[in-house]
Amino acid sequence: MSTFRFNIREAARKPLGLLPGHRLCAGCAEPIVVKQVLLATRGPTIVATATGCLEVSTSIYPYTSWNVPWIHVAFENVAAVASGIEAASKILREKGRSKYDHIDVIAFAGDGGTYDIGIQALSGALERGHDFLYVLLDNEAYMNTGIQRSGGTPLGASTTTTPAGKVIPGKPENKKPIADIVVAHRVPYVATATPAHYLDLIRKARKALEVNGPTFIHALSPCPRGWRYSESLTIDICKKAVETCYFPLWEYDNGVYRLTDRSLAIAKNPGMKKPVEEFLKVQGRFSHLFTPQNQWIIKRLQEYVDAVWENLKSKCENV
Amino acid sequence: MNKIVMGLNGNEAIAFAVKQCDVDVVSAYPITPQTIIVEKFSEFIADGEVKCSFIPVESEHSALSVCVGAAALGARTFTATSSQGLALMWEMLYIASGLRLPIVMAIVNRALSAPINIHCDHSDSMGCRDSCWIQIYCEDAQEAYDAVIQAFKIAEHEDVQLPVMVTIDGFTISHTLQRVEVLPDDVVKRFVGVRKPVEIEIPGMGKVPMILDPENPLTFGSLDLYDYYFEHKVQQHEAIEKSRPVIRKINDEYYEISGRRYGDGFIDGYGLEDAEVAVIVLGSTAGTVRSIVKKLRNKGKKVGVLRLRTFRPFPYREIVDALKDVEVIGVMDRSGAYGGIGGPVYVETLAAFYNSKRKPKIINYIYGLGGRDTPPALIEKMFEELPKLEGGEVKFLGVR
Repeated sequence: MSTFRFNIREAARKPLGLLPGHRLCAGCAEPIVVKQVLLATRGPTIVATATGCLEVSTSIYPYTSWNVPWIHVAFENVAAVASGIEAASKILREKGRSKYDHIDVIAFAGDGGTYDIGIQALSGALERGHDFLYVLLDNEAYMNTGIQRSGGTPLGASTTTTPAGKVIPGKPENKKPIADIVVAHRVPYVATATPAHYLDLIRKARKALEVNGPTFIHALSPCPRGWRYSESLTIDICKKAVETCYFPLWEYDNGVYRLTDRSLAIAKNPGMKKPVEEFLKVQGRFSHLFTPQNQWIIKRLQEYVDAVWENLKSKCENV
Repeated sequence: MNKIVMGLNGNEAIAFAVKQCDVDVVSAYPITPQTIIVEKFSEFIADGEVKCSFIPVESEHSALSVCVGAAALGARTFTATSSQGLALMWEMLYIASGLRLPIVMAIVNRALSAPINIHCDHSDSMGCRDSCWIQIYCEDAQEAYDAVIQAFKIAEHEDVQLPVMVTIDGFTISHTLQRVEVLPDDVVKRFVGVRKPVEIEIPGMGKVPMILDPENPLTFGSLDLYDYYFEHKVQQHEAIEKSRPVIRKINDEYYEISGRRYGDGFIDGYGLEDAEVAVIVLGSTAGTVRSIVKKLRNKGKKVGVLRLRTFRPFPYREIVDALKDVEVIGVMDRSGAYGGIGGPVYVETLAAFYNSKRKPKIINYIYGLGGRDTPPALIEKMFEELPKLEGGEVKFLGVR
């Protein structure tokens, strides 16, 4: 059990891991999540990042926004790169060639680098049991290349490769249950988080770092450009995602599921649960669903959200 | 001299050399005919004979990715592959050299699919000749052992900081038991030392080791656009040029501890002093060619052989100099040349002579694809045929 208690005054004094001046879009959730995760670190830390928005916007040579040692290698292999860093850090320490008693290794990747092209390297690293934290920054499409659908894109969302057309109204498939896939690897710790629920996120990140073995945080990362909303609404949309149970907050801790934060409150007081339209209607990527002929998609999405939510609640020991 | 004799095949010789080189992280994925290297190394790990982290990954792409991550932290790293495995690593080859990581990789040469074939040709490693990896082609298991030890020193030299491939012919060398002289562990350990990361000057930080180090946080793998990318690629070009004196020097230094050296480190000639006809060849076939050259020279024929050891950097000056009196040159390529002038060794040789005063006749022989046998009789026929040719021909040796 983690003895970590997040103290916001202490956190304010901690040097930032990701510095201002990066070129991520206004309203992008990614740097908020990254800064929150890095507030949870225990000491010497190395960050690896997959190719994507975060990488291209924070490392434009000759500048860097990273105040921690940082490496980007390619799109699909951040879990393998992190494996190498972790293995090297351990063996160099054993051979007496490291200055550090321990180095925390954190990998950041987007949904493309995790659900799709990177799932093989991720699965391999999880199975081999490397001691690292993998943070998925899920903005639900390939935003860096211009809003193409990914395995993380939800049903009905309009992207540039699943445009809302006259015949096909957005993405025909549901979102891949990536966190469940990671849990199925029997790793010690998996959690979901959003930057709006920051105490929950930081606590989970710290817990994940303290665990010995592979850990995974699935962070929702709204994208004003891709989701088509005003950049001031990022945190609000995160809250709506949780309030509608579109994105429930939970953790899987050594075989035990628990709901956390707002999701726990909703489970205890079901009247707080809002219809999924509350999450959809503020985003342009779903605007075509609010026409009479596409209402069935909202209904299907609601059914999907409800089914996932009920199943999750049935697994959680604190509900 | 420090002489311990063992019976090893090429793969075992490589695994044994890696064990002696105090490597920190080995990551690999099995593929025929490379598999024995990882199997043998796994035995060393399982028996506690080596202090090293072995990461058995889920693909070759991840094998090299693990090496990249580990090498960026300052570890000495090794991997090995063949054919399709090397093809799957492709993306990472350029990243390993671009990030200037001194990784050593053994390539057990095997034909590329399709059609699928497990036997030797050089199309796998020749295909990545422009990935800025140093490439050493070995003739036998002894050289494989020696070259791996040299490779770590070359890769980690402060003027170089580039990855090195050591290649052996699949099955012909990898699976053939040979007499291999090995050095005592402590001699090898002293020779290769411990990897010492280079120091670089960073504005505001001073001189810092070029590794991932929490005390001196550096950024690796930046987005590098039209304003700097070109300069960084030119630095790689300069680094591989600077590897030339390093390869030569380490070949000489290795002679001091082992009594063995391979020509000047780049090329190894036989009978070239007075040769009128010479053949350029790399890999295990060099032995067959040399035996024919001996036979023909005993009959008074003025023939010679130039064994090319280092294909990258390509020793163009050394080749032109070694063949300065030769009138006809046969260049043997064990990989295809689809839509080109000829195979890769041939094209490089042509280019080397284009800039020299002499213009010998140069003929290309593509041979041994997919493990096709190249028996001595075929080589003898090639030497008979060479003086009768015009130059510029591309011939297929041993094809039906």
